[in-house]
Amino acid sequence: INHVVHNGGLYKRPFNEAFEETPMLVAVLTYVGYGVLTLFGYLRDFMRQWKIEKCQNATEREEQKDFVPLYQDFENFYNRNLYMRIRDSWNRPICSVPGAKVDMMERVSHDYNWTFTYTGRVLKGIINMGSYNYLGFAQKEGTCQEAAAKVLSQYGAGVCSTRQEIGNLDKHEELEKLVARFLGVESAMAYGMGFATNSMNIPALVGKGCLILSDELNHASLVLGARLSGATIRIFKHNNMQSLEKLLKDAIVHGQPRTRRPWKKILILVEGIYSMEGSIVRLPEVIALKKKYKSYLYLDEAHSIGALGPSGRGVVEYFGLNPEDVDVMMGTFTKSFGAAGGYIGGKKELIDYLRTYSHSAVYATSMSPPVVEQIITSMKCIMGEDGTTVGKARVQQLAENTRYFRRRLKEMGFIIYGNEDSPVVPLMLYMPAKIGAFGREMLKRNIGVVVVGFPATPIIESRARFCLSAAHTKEMLDTALKEINEVGDLLQLKYSRHRLVPLLDRPFDETTYEETED
Amino acid sequence: SVSLIQLECCVELVLCFYFQAPAYHLILEGILILWIIRLLFSKTYKLQERSDLTPKEKEELIEEWQPEPLVPPVGKDHPALNYNIVSGPPSHIITVNGKECINFASFNFLGLLDNEKVKSAAQASLKKYGVGTCGPRGFYGTFDVHLELEERLAKFMRTEEAIIYSYGFATIASAIPAYSKRGDVVFVDEAACFAIQKGLQASRSDIKLFKHNDMTDLERLLKEQEIEDQKNPRKARVTRRFIVVEGLYINTGDVCPLPELIKLKYKYKVRIFLEESLSFGVLGEHGRGITEHFGINIDDIDLISANMENALASIGGFCCGRSFIIDHQRLSGQGYCFSASLPPLLAAAAIEALNIMEDNPDIFQTLRAKCERIHKALQGISGLKVVGESFSPALHLQLEESCGFRENDVKLLKRVVDYCMNSGIALTQAHYLEKEEKCLPPPSIRVVVTVEQTEQELDKAASLLKEAAQSVLN
Repeated sequence: INHVVHNGGLYKRPFNEAFEETPMLVAVLTYVGYGVLTLFGYLRDFMRQWKIEKCQNATEREEQKDFVPLYQDFENFYNRNLYMRIRDSWNRPICSVPGAKVDMMERVSHDYNWTFTYTGRVLKGIINMGSYNYLGFAQKEGTCQEAAAKVLSQYGAGVCSTRQEIGNLDKHEELEKLVARFLGVESAMAYGMGFATNSMNIPALVGKGCLILSDELNHASLVLGARLSGATIRIFKHNNMQSLEKLLKDAIVHGQPRTRRPWKKILILVEGIYSMEGSIVRLPEVIALKKKYKSYLYLDEAHSIGALGPSGRGVVEYFGLNPEDVDVMMGTFTKSFGAAGGYIGGKKELIDYLRTYSHSAVYATSMSPPVVEQIITSMKCIMGEDGTTVGKARVQQLAENTRYFRRRLKEMGFIIYGNEDSPVVPLMLYMPAKIGAFGREMLKRNIGVVVVGFPATPIIESRARFCLSAAHTKEMLDTALKEINEVGDLLQLKYSRHRLVPLLDRPFDETTYEETED
Repeated sequence: SVSLIQLECCVELVLCFYFQAPAYHLILEGILILWIIRLLFSKTYKLQERSDLTPKEKEELIEEWQPEPLVPPVGKDHPALNYNIVSGPPSHIITVNGKECINFASFNFLGLLDNEKVKSAAQASLKKYGVGTCGPRGFYGTFDVHLELEERLAKFMRTEEAIIYSYGFATIASAIPAYSKRGDVVFVDEAACFAIQKGLQASRSDIKLFKHNDMTDLERLLKEQEIEDQKNPRKARVTRRFIVVEGLYINTGDVCPLPELIKLKYKYKVRIFLEESLSFGVLGEHGRGITEHFGINIDDIDLISANMENALASIGGFCCGRSFIIDHQRLSGQGYCFSASLPPLLAAAAIEALNIMEDNPDIFQTLRAKCERIHKALQGISGLKVVGESFSPALHLQLEESCGFRENDVKLLKRVVDYCMNSGIALTQAHYLEKEEKCLPPPSIRVVVTVEQTEQELDKAASLLKEAAQSVLN
């Protein structure tokens, strides 16, 4: 079922997003799997406690044995007994540029993943479907790298001071003007870390007496920023506009809880592409709601900047909307620009305020100059200002790769979540054993994938996540698809019965979840 | 009569059944029947107070509500709005707003910012890896450079393990909430830096501030906590306790009394977290920080956190300590798990900087000598007093007498700074978020000493500051 929305003409193109329902048998078997693992976990803990099995955790110092224990036993139950068994699927060390193909250091474990040793061998040419390299700017040669090298020899690697003191280089000013032009906003400001951009600027924008409406599946940085601000937080169901509208209406009509005072301001926190689901925010509807109820919109485009839109300007361009409708446009440079850091763009008053009161501008060191140069060069390339059409070609290549890959996977019979146009492709695994098996089998076939389980996803919805890149050629994608097909047959992952549940028909209930700082 | 007989039989059967049933069965049934009767007759109550507003009234309320503007307007001449623009590298000779000055404001203590070896190591890494890592540590963002840097830092600090973060501020702000949760107690110094304050806020623990460097005040708080614990021993057995201090305080320029803290640690069973951003690469014979300065066994400190943005002239931060403690952050440090890893060229620069620190241990002595020199030279300036230890490379110059209003003090200090900048010494005021700091330090000028400054330059700076103070403050 293709869920096409024609909401009063708000959408200029079909919005195809689907989340197939979990098959009942699979859900039951997944719970059984976790149950068995938990039982075995208790058994092993019992054996470790009675010294039948050797305990391989690091332990507290002798002199501090009578201190209050630093970790509660139960907190680490999951870690010791479930995570440890498949720990080799994560933290895989690489030793080359994280491009379309990557070299990985081989590591083995002789004690079931408690410790790793490096054999010294390097696995070369592994197809990289895990790095966030959407436009392929993770390169070790080319104009970007040369420009960064020049700036590095001129400016050095560090800065050793904050923006407000003496760390504001001319490079930073150049970057911010360019970012503002790229996004189509009045002004922008750049920070050294994407996570910190959220956690340090949301507290500067809202405080006590304000309301934050945050999507269910927002990133940890948005949640942390919202909590640190001291405002009241209410959560609406993922991408569900009825839930959001209901919360907005209730908030304005009833005011603050208990005192009934009106809210000072309402801020809606959404992301452009949600990286675990692969879904795209329903931006036209959110903007319509925001205008109707006079609230402010904070859009986190960490994954969507550079990856969506005909010229890579993000989710605002993808829907054909006006960037001035979004009050705070935030994004990161890590994913599509091959660098590090984050930015916030918006009206001049907003950016002036952030220059004065943002925690990062006052207390945190400014960005490193070669990193800034990488962003400047890659952004100019995407905009076409370097005189070539390389940027445009990459954006188009990414869109083609996305459509092709998703279509082929769906045809094979896997359950794929998310929007048709999102370069983040989650493939459902469900069962805990398959998480480890999928990662290992794909590595044997020279393909590096990312698998995620609890607690990043709900407990039965573990998945493998593919991140497509403009650097992936069609041959690489075909090789990858062939191997995924093989592994899918081997592990019986083809669950799809094409019974799709359109998102708006998912039931939402009357209860709201509210969090306040006391 | 047949029906009567049938009814009698039924009643008899039921009665027999009931008299044969065990007592508990009858009692349970009796309770259930009473409960049903109670429920049937109790008053019903509404689930949630749904308002009795009509839709039209709701529409009107929505129409009438006016939010505040997203941000209040900022005056054009707000002191923090107009940044100084530095053209070119912020190294020893710095060009600020077009004027060339000697740099007394960047935390480039060991002068490694424009060191050729560091730059060439970073260049080699750039040629091999490109700039960004395109992923967090868990998802193909772990490079061999990161592993090497972690090993080298652990070896240098003589601890079991180290963990790297990609942003200095996020290091301590992610480390504290990973261990201290709601219900735990943290004793923190008043003059702790903003990153520590944010970490404490994110952890939701009970924060108890003690007066700056005042061990008697800390002991009083610890004793109070002990009395609380005796009242509720079950809760005390699961309440973790921490002391958070800095090695060299960035806000006041003095050191914490670490030996006394260690004594208090073992007496009251509290863990110590030490923030060494300013003291790493500065204090101690080999630059290992305040533990080397006081000669303390490093295992006595539970966690040492530092950023690599001062002495190491790179970007990012690290925590080091025993594996038992550090390994926990690999899954619960928010700034580690949910953020992209440090770009490899910056990690390579940090490794090379570490190499230089290990190969030339006499730079620490040189730095200390220069600090002593300028500390002495700055004494006796009329109107300004020096705040900070004599071996601290980051000093503060505060007004001896405040005008009464903070803005006026700030303006006065700005004039001193401008005077110095116009004569070729780059200085800066210490910036704070006035409304957010727990204990706002008084306005001050930051004076930073680096190994690259020659003795003439130090003397020139001191005399220029004397002149500036004379002309502005008198």
